[in-house]
Amino acid sequence: MTARERIAGNVAGYVDDRTGAAKWMKKNLTKVFPDHWSFLLGEICLYSFIILLLSGTFLTFWFDPSQREVVYDGGYQPLSGLKMSAAYASTLHISFEVRGGLLMRQIHHWAALIFMVGIVVHLLRVYFTGAFRKPREFNWIIGVGLLTLGIVEGFLGYSLPDDLLSGTGIRIAEAIIQALPLVGSYIAFFAFGGAFPGEAFIPRIYTVHVLLLPGIFLALITVHLMLVWYQKHTQFPGPGRTEKNVVGYPLMPVYMAKAGGFFFIVFGVTAFLGAVASINPIWLYGPYTPGQISAGSQPDWYMGWLDGLVRMSPPLETHAFGHTISWNILIPGLILPGIMFTGLALYPFIESWATGDKREHHLLDRPRNAPNRTALGAMALTFTIVALLNGGNDIIATTFHLTINQMMWFSRIGVLVLPPIAFIITKRLCLSLQRADRDLVLHGRETGRLVRMPNGEFVEVHEPISAEKAWLLTSHEQIAPLELPEHDAAGVRRPAAIKNKIRNRISRATAVAVPKATETERRELEGHH
Amino acid sequence: MKRLSRLRRHRAAGPILLIFALFTIGTTFQVASAVNNDTTSVADRSATIEEGRQLFLKGCSSCHGINAEGGEIAPSLIGVGAASVDFQVGTGRMPMADMSTQAMRKPPVYNAEQVNALATYVASLAPGPQVPSEESLNYERDGSVADGGELFRTNCAMCHNFAAQGGALTQGKYAPTLMGVEPKHIYEAMITGPQSMPVFSDKTITPEEKLSIIKWIKSAESEPQLGGAALGRVGPVTEGLLVWTLGIGLLVGVAVWLAMKAR
Repeated sequence: MTARERIAGNVAGYVDDRTGAAKWMKKNLTKVFPDHWSFLLGEICLYSFIILLLSGTFLTFWFDPSQREVVYDGGYQPLSGLKMSAAYASTLHISFEVRGGLLMRQIHHWAALIFMVGIVVHLLRVYFTGAFRKPREFNWIIGVGLLTLGIVEGFLGYSLPDDLLSGTGIRIAEAIIQALPLVGSYIAFFAFGGAFPGEAFIPRIYTVHVLLLPGIFLALITVHLMLVWYQKHTQFPGPGRTEKNVVGYPLMPVYMAKAGGFFFIVFGVTAFLGAVASINPIWLYGPYTPGQISAGSQPDWYMGWLDGLVRMSPPLETHAFGHTISWNILIPGLILPGIMFTGLALYPFIESWATGDKREHHLLDRPRNAPNRTALGAMALTFTIVALLNGGNDIIATTFHLTINQMMWFSRIGVLVLPPIAFIITKRLCLSLQRADRDLVLHGRETGRLVRMPNGEFVEVHEPISAEKAWLLTSHEQIAPLELPEHDAAGVRRPAAIKNKIRNRISRATAVAVPKATETERRELEGHH
Repeated sequence: MKRLSRLRRHRAAGPILLIFALFTIGTTFQVASAVNNDTTSVADRSATIEEGRQLFLKGCSSCHGINAEGGEIAPSLIGVGAASVDFQVGTGRMPMADMSTQAMRKPPVYNAEQVNALATYVASLAPGPQVPSEESLNYERDGSVADGGELFRTNCAMCHNFAAQGGALTQGKYAPTLMGVEPKHIYEAMITGPQSMPVFSDKTITPEEKLSIIKWIKSAESEPQLGGAALGRVGPVTEGLLVWTLGIGLLVGVAVWLAMKAR
């Protein structure tokens, strides 16, 4: 034992005597994680969150969350001498006078955008591979909660500097609150402490932005990760991988190095964007006053699809008993998002109800092997993308020499027509890919090599695929459709007949698949050749 | 008559007429310019008006009418003033390239002297806003950037965007970018209200305030890219585009690389 090892051992022993960490560490440091690039997408969110905490803390040192009116006397000449809120003036101060302040602001904002992009791509990975199935339904709901809170947290951060753009955003938020029937105007009054804009709103959302929501985030992220730890990570199917094991590399040293390195890379990419690309140039927007607005006022992208829905909404209003119900705001601003987020959160339960599958799943699906789920995902994605495009309709119209009316009508029709088309095309694609897989297993890979037989016949040589690949293409299970009884033994319709009929029908649609190649079929074909 | 008709259909008739027309135009122009050089100011003015009228008849009258009285596809120009002509023709918007929703800015067809002649001719039909003089456009001396910014955000940003980059209007109309526009043309646009733009009279925005607005636009034009690449100064749309392409692209690329190395 060298001197160095002895010292290390003594230190470790000292810590272990006082914490009992050795036993716990021994067990957990060897924990195995499966290896796939898409399993790192969630880490992007975690690391952006850490970057957000660090850069956000820096910004709080100088930011003054107050709507008190001040006269600007800072270094940015085009705003010199103008009246503005202390919040806006202090953001200008951070941007122009605090050393590294503008870089930190830009890192904070880019990190927020990357955080939300990370959440969405992580969600898509989890959805399309079926990783949300039992036992991970709770973690899925926590994830949907993080997505929703992320949108709120991002919007509050965007609103804090009290510039012309963010003030416009708050104004729209106020309008959406007011659209609530009966209680809307009261809630808006409570939130703003009086009439818009008042002096209370920014101090209030500041507390929510830097204290309440980050605290909730921290708690939810911790539970999210603890559940991953406890339930173990899912893995893609492959030779030697079962529902009962995890094939991969141990946390120490491989994943420690990978995850640690990835943190620095995420930080690097964020800092790079913060250094080279301007984001939220509040000094150009000017201070907020309710009498002003800029063309092309947009929210950040994660709110853009909601803005797009509001923009495409036809002017529907009901006047009854001295009240106005603004359906044009209520439906796209509150009802539709409510339905979408609820549907998203409940999806694992909906799918398990539709398929009748109540078993645990630790092996992931390839998206093509669950055509209905994949097609539904493509449908929801298409809806959101059309809405998002309409959120930027004015910028798109001027850039591509279209009219804003064409954009609006494209979106109004597209948002209804394109999602079902996406569903049909995606389902067809999945089934075609299944067919291709089947061909590959049965006939092997096409080599492109043509051979002329002695009798003059031309044949293309097919090369059998490896056993590993064949396993990959055939190991998934194909669920049989439910056949719930509609009649009892005596042939009388059961009370639950209608319910069962609906479930049977949905289950049949979900179970549509190209039969995968079986061993017998393969042998038979080999016998022929 | 028969002979005349035969001559009219002669092969050389077209080219001969063309040469004759060009010769006439050239001579007229020559005479007009020559007259321009050495006469008193009243005569000078009437010659300019005549030159402008000639240019108008050739280039504008097919849509705006022989006497600028307007037609089915173009408005009357009586009373629009010299400023309007100077703006529309000086920025190349008129003559229009096609009958699209809105005339776009393009390299002007007429030179400064011809624009002046056209403007003088149209101004002679009825009084209207005048072209501002060089002296009255000293925005560097008479304007204030901060006031200009405030006025711009109150009166202009709703269509032209917060950084004067332009924006969309209804039915394919748009508010153009104000980057690289001559101060004179900005001023004329405010007093004449071209196309979809409203008129900002001297009662709404005083001449000094107009100069402040121009000074702010010029300052926005020359402002350095303070936070890095400006991304078009159109707000969060381009930021979202960048994060969904370069941002997540780089990170997914790294993730693929990290997962690959372990094999």
